[in-house]
Amino acid sequence: MPELTMVEAIRSALGSALAADERVIVLGQDVGVNGGVFRATEGLQERFGADRVVDMPLAEAVIVGSAVGLACSGLVPIPELQFLGFGSQAFHQIEGQVARYRFRSQGAYGMPMVIRAPFGGNVRTPELHSDSHEAKYVNTPGLKVAMPATAYDAKGMLAEAIRDPDPVLFCEPLRGYRLIKDEVPEEDYTVPLGRARVVREGSDLVIVAYSAAVVIAERAAQAAAEHGYSVGVLDLRSLVPLDVDALREAVAPCGRAVVLHEGSLTAGFGAELVATIQEEAFWSLHAPIGRVAAPDAPYPPGTVEDLYVPTVERVVAAIRAAMEA
Amino acid sequence: MSAAPTIDPAEPLRILAPDGTLVGGHAPALEGEALLDAWRAMLRSRVNDERCFSLQRQGRMGTFSPVNGEEAAVVGSAWALDPARDWVVPQYRELPAMLRQGYRLAQALQYYRGHPAGSQIDPGAHVLPFQISLAAQIPHAVGLAWGLRHQGLDGVVMTYFGDGASSEGDAHEALNLAGVRRAPVVFVLKNNGWAISTPVRKQTAAASFAARAAGYGIAGELVDGNDLFAVHDACSRAVARARAGDGPTLIEARTYRMGPHNTSDDPTRYVDPVELEERRALDPVVRVRRYLQSEGLIDEESEQRLVAELRAQFDAAFAEAEASEQPAVDALFDHVYAEPPARLERQRADAAAPPARAAPPGAAAPREERR
Repeated sequence: MPELTMVEAIRSALGSALAADERVIVLGQDVGVNGGVFRATEGLQERFGADRVVDMPLAEAVIVGSAVGLACSGLVPIPELQFLGFGSQAFHQIEGQVARYRFRSQGAYGMPMVIRAPFGGNVRTPELHSDSHEAKYVNTPGLKVAMPATAYDAKGMLAEAIRDPDPVLFCEPLRGYRLIKDEVPEEDYTVPLGRARVVREGSDLVIVAYSAAVVIAERAAQAAAEHGYSVGVLDLRSLVPLDVDALREAVAPCGRAVVLHEGSLTAGFGAELVATIQEEAFWSLHAPIGRVAAPDAPYPPGTVEDLYVPTVERVVAAIRAAMEA
Repeated sequence: MSAAPTIDPAEPLRILAPDGTLVGGHAPALEGEALLDAWRAMLRSRVNDERCFSLQRQGRMGTFSPVNGEEAAVVGSAWALDPARDWVVPQYRELPAMLRQGYRLAQALQYYRGHPAGSQIDPGAHVLPFQISLAAQIPHAVGLAWGLRHQGLDGVVMTYFGDGASSEGDAHEALNLAGVRRAPVVFVLKNNGWAISTPVRKQTAAASFAARAAGYGIAGELVDGNDLFAVHDACSRAVARARAGDGPTLIEARTYRMGPHNTSDDPTRYVDPVELEERRALDPVVRVRRYLQSEGLIDEESEQRLVAELRAQFDAAFAEAEASEQPAVDALFDHVYAEPPARLERQRADAAAPPARAAPPGAAAPREERR
């Protein structure tokens, strides 16, 4: 089976969707001739034409807002936000329109749409390119939020998101676009949303993570093993739907958990995870649940970003704190 | 001190003078049954406004925004469309246009009464629901128009917004995209003078909204928005251009909001009564009435009969809306997703029958007992 990077896997899924379904249309800044600033759409305009892989004006709100109209016309739009941090300039369309159009119209107009958005840090970008804003979108009923951590999942979950009749925010870790590489079948397949993946089993504690942070979690689990701790890793894959069963089944047997994400701490997705774990597995807990996240500060300039984004060391410290509690 | 350069606004297109006579040389394209149908829609709008206001004051209806004063702008534009293939993407003050596209009056009344079914557009009705977020619908209209064309359809999309919404970023982004994609869309900007209490001079320093079209590389036209024939004429030409693939048009229909912003608003706090009286003299309904009377197409008696008929139709629609079943708690959960997350379904179950205890079913015993 060939190994693909995450960006290659995403490109493969987009190509398959465009080939399989005439209704699919890709739109965004620089997605056409340039093939996307990360090359996620490279070669697609050549294959499918400028009417189906569409270069758009530099305007996030109308990239998403026109996709609402495209969906009403019967198409399946895949708008790209060049960076999730700029999603704020389309947030009123995503929250106020995309996510609630089905509800507003009581099913008359669904929004079969996938909004792709790179996000995440450690790549020395200018301001607002690295922000992990996923929690804002999770708190947006009507939207699904996908957070693949592997190339295999990126291809399968993107195919599933495109098939899904509900709108999906598909977050792609830009640090992982080329660093994350794994076996990806050439044929098409889907990976369901809302089904978490047990990355690693552990009897003492489980780290709950998603997207590129899964890599940090795996390294931390490895490092903890050297201290004699058996640490598992659960990759949530999607935040909406959230695999509550997998969360309970991962935490209850060991009674200890650390939740990990790149977004800032307060009201970050970790807060939801901690709340859910206490609802589902309170009586099995042996220690307070650790939270490793970015501080409640804006994403900083490059010289300090490695101090901001959660590190293996911080996760290991949280594991030790939970084990020694 | 020298004045800043401004684009000189053209005189608005006018075909029907306030006294009900045709301005020299014009023959209205709207005639015969279509004209009487448009007249009925304008009167129906007045009847709806009166009835809705009264019902809201009786506590039998929620917030309502009257069309009062904008009937020619809404009806004249919508009557340029072919509902079988063209679309209307409204804000919330264009009910007559929506009704022509197949939205049902009983549904509109359900909407005003806060019933979820009020925005459940019937299959085949080429109209999107009321849009409360100002200007958010304009990008939708452009995408819809683009999507129709992409699929080889010849439908045209007409979207409405006001002088207030024109200040929103979505208006700019959508007008710009429409120009770039030559989308078959007609933007009807109803400049009614007010965004709640904010007069148009505080909305923009520009002398004309129509002049903005030049900045987007699209056609623009300024019309007397209280002139049914002028609005219909400009919109018909815009629809024809759009259908022929010649791109979008921005039409500024200069009208006047003769009533309050909505049922919660008290315009006596900010509208100059002298100005209001001047504007009332330009009432779009009166103008059409004078024309139709002079043409011998209606008289006082036939109008009274029509009004009685429209009132009866309204009352029947309202009775239907009032008889709608009170939605159950499922209404909170239905249609949020097509394929809802398990978690939401659990919330639905809990809402129907709240769990007896805080702990989830199957929770283990307290920790002390386990040790």
